[in-house]
Amino acid sequence: MNTDTDNTEAVTTRTITYRQALNETLRAELEHDEKVFLIGEEIGVFEGSYKITAGLLEDFGPDRVLDAPIAEEGFVGAALGAAMLGMRPVVEIMTINFSLIAIDQIVNHAAKMRSMFAGQVSIPLVIRMPGGGGQQLAATHSQNLEVWYAHIPGLKVVAPSTPADAKALLTAAIRDDDPVIFLENLSLYSAKGEVPDGEQIAEIGKAAVVKTGIDLTIVSYSRGTTTALEVANQLEAEGLSIEVVDLRSLRPLDRDTICASVKKTGHAVVFEDDWLSYGIGAEISATIGEGVFDFLDAPVRRVAAAEVPLPYAKSLERAALPSAADLARVVREVLNLAPATATSNDK
Amino acid sequence: MATKARTRAKQVDAQGGDPAGTLRDYYEQMSLVRAFELRSGEMYARAKIGGYCHLNLGEEATVVGLMAAIEARDYLFTGYRDHGYALLRGLSPERVMAELFGKTTGVSGGRGGSMHLFDAETRLFGGYGIVGGQIPPATGAALALKYQESAGPDAAAVMCLLGDGTTNIGAFHESLNLAGLWKLPIVYVIVNNGLGMGTTVEKASAEPELYKRAASYRMPGLRVDGDDVLAVRDAARDALQQARESRQPVLLEVMCYRLRGHSVVDPARYRSPEDTTIAQQSDPVPSFRAELIASGVLSEADATAIDEAADARVTEAVTFAEESPEPDPDDLFAYVYATAVANAPSALPGEPVMDAL
Ligand SMILES: Cc1ncc(C[n+]2csc(CCOP(=O)(O)OP(=O)(O)O)c2C)c(N)n1
Ligand SMILES: [Mg+2]
Repeated sequence: MNTDTDNTEAVTTRTITYRQALNETLRAELEHDEKVFLIGEEIGVFEGSYKITAGLLEDFGPDRVLDAPIAEEGFVGAALGAAMLGMRPVVEIMTINFSLIAIDQIVNHAAKMRSMFAGQVSIPLVIRMPGGGGQQLAATHSQNLEVWYAHIPGLKVVAPSTPADAKALLTAAIRDDDPVIFLENLSLYSAKGEVPDGEQIAEIGKAAVVKTGIDLTIVSYSRGTTTALEVANQLEAEGLSIEVVDLRSLRPLDRDTICASVKKTGHAVVFEDDWLSYGIGAEISATIGEGVFDFLDAPVRRVAAAEVPLPYAKSLERAALPSAADLARVVREVLNLAPATATSNDK
Repeated sequence: MATKARTRAKQVDAQGGDPAGTLRDYYEQMSLVRAFELRSGEMYARAKIGGYCHLNLGEEATVVGLMAAIEARDYLFTGYRDHGYALLRGLSPERVMAELFGKTTGVSGGRGGSMHLFDAETRLFGGYGIVGGQIPPATGAALALKYQESAGPDAAAVMCLLGDGTTNIGAFHESLNLAGLWKLPIVYVIVNNGLGMGTTVEKASAEPELYKRAASYRMPGLRVDGDDVLAVRDAARDALQQARESRQPVLLEVMCYRLRGHSVVDPARYRSPEDTTIAQQSDPVPSFRAELIASGVLSEADATAIDEAADARVTEAVTFAEESPEPDPDDLFAYVYATAVANAPSALPGEPVMDAL
């Protein structure tokens, strides 16, 4: 396994979407290693529900790009079996909601094998899937269940927030010898960003400080990081200096980077799309409490989704999901500042 | 799916057949479903409807035939392509459209949306967005019926609708085995429209003659032409009778076509021109209309009046939906639990979960 690429030559970059970064990376890895192949529903002829696999069936053929029937437990388990024999399957599950049908194969099997069989087998399996709500897809289709996987020893869980990270983390995930849950987000697919050309391999398990500041740390991941940056920049215009830590990897968790940041700022807010109780933010708060309690000037606060099955109606959906306005409000509260005018607090 | 054979000749004007009034009713129902679905597509394009929205376009004869067979005392479970079934189960177009608009007056109070229609009163027990999600609970409803009442012509049964693609999920096989084993009063209906999203039945199912899968569970399996409303009704009635009277579960496969994309946003570019042509040619609404006119059941003017009435009915539904209130965010936590429970979460995003003690 490789770690961060040592880029000595000048690297050229292009501005592309998250979707395109994923597509190009899958293509590059299919070219790079014959053991890599893709399985998923509608990834071939249909080119993927969110068009991540566009053009790949045409260029790599049906042995490398396998359209599967609607049988998540079956094809995730089949990918696992192929991985046991040294293949490097990359599975697309249409959305994280449907992964619940495959969860036995993921949690009871993929996550356990290496350890339970005393290292005799490794599982180089990647499962890609988007989470996310906010598109009126209603309760069954809008969940952020990443913590279910982040809870499981034996799995690695990554959640890139930018096109560049999507590329570098997907490459790392495919070359990794362990099962990696690769969390995407419906609202990030069309987001654009600078992506370095050439091979880029991130180190799984490392967070990134994506904006530096001294007054308060916002910790987030995936689409939440985008909102965190937006809020940080907006508050900067008001003279606040906010640091943003993008987790990138939910398991393993980079506790050092989180704590180092909070040690400096003395204030922390977690911004997460999942439900509050037992969520990602609970783990982050506990880490900060254990690691840098003495440096805290205020309790850690979490901005998470309201704990209801997400309703379809726009008015209810909007109320239930954490927004930039909620985050900005809580940042002010933690810093003991007067609330902003009512209008900017409106969702 | 390239070709399609009708399973029997049309019997619209057949010997001892249906009274003209019944046939006229069926056409009215088909026309209503068609008008409702076309308008739903338009309302989606105008962003009045959000999320995913799957239409019954091309499946109207199947919808009408199945809903003509099911009795008010029976329970209906379906997937997410559920608008037409809800309408013919007796829900007003107003309440169905209001649900699609996400309004309080909708069948699920605006909380479920297109994929999750539910109405306890008419025993429409959902509307399930997860593929195959409806099959185990439908099977359990049949288990409850078996427990609650004895078999006989007046007993209730369960009808569980599912798509062709849905027959490949484990829940289908587990449930049919349970029903076969426990002799449950349930009819599983595969609405085979040839496609699961962009995947044909042949590309998804090792045994593409899906009704044959019944053999594994010792239950009758049969296939019927889904463009033939009477054939669908008769087959479904017969199957329900076996379920009621002999606790014999049945697998019924109904062959139809999906006229458009998987959902309203799918342009269906993957579909072959031949397949699209066949789908259009076998469109059951104009063909049933033409048959009724040819056999003298309806005049051209009658048929036009029916179509216009259906359209007007849908316009009323849209107006009602448009004018209905949106759910109040203060009601966000309503319905999460049936019983009051200490410490139930009620924080909105960012609200502190702990007050200072
Ligand atoms: C478990 C699960 N996997 C995938 C999906 C995404 N999905 C929604 S509908 C569908 C196709 C189902 O096809 P079919 O059963 O033939 O029903 P049809 O849409 O044709 O009515 C898929 C794959 C889902 N909703 N649930
Ligand atoms: Mg289908």
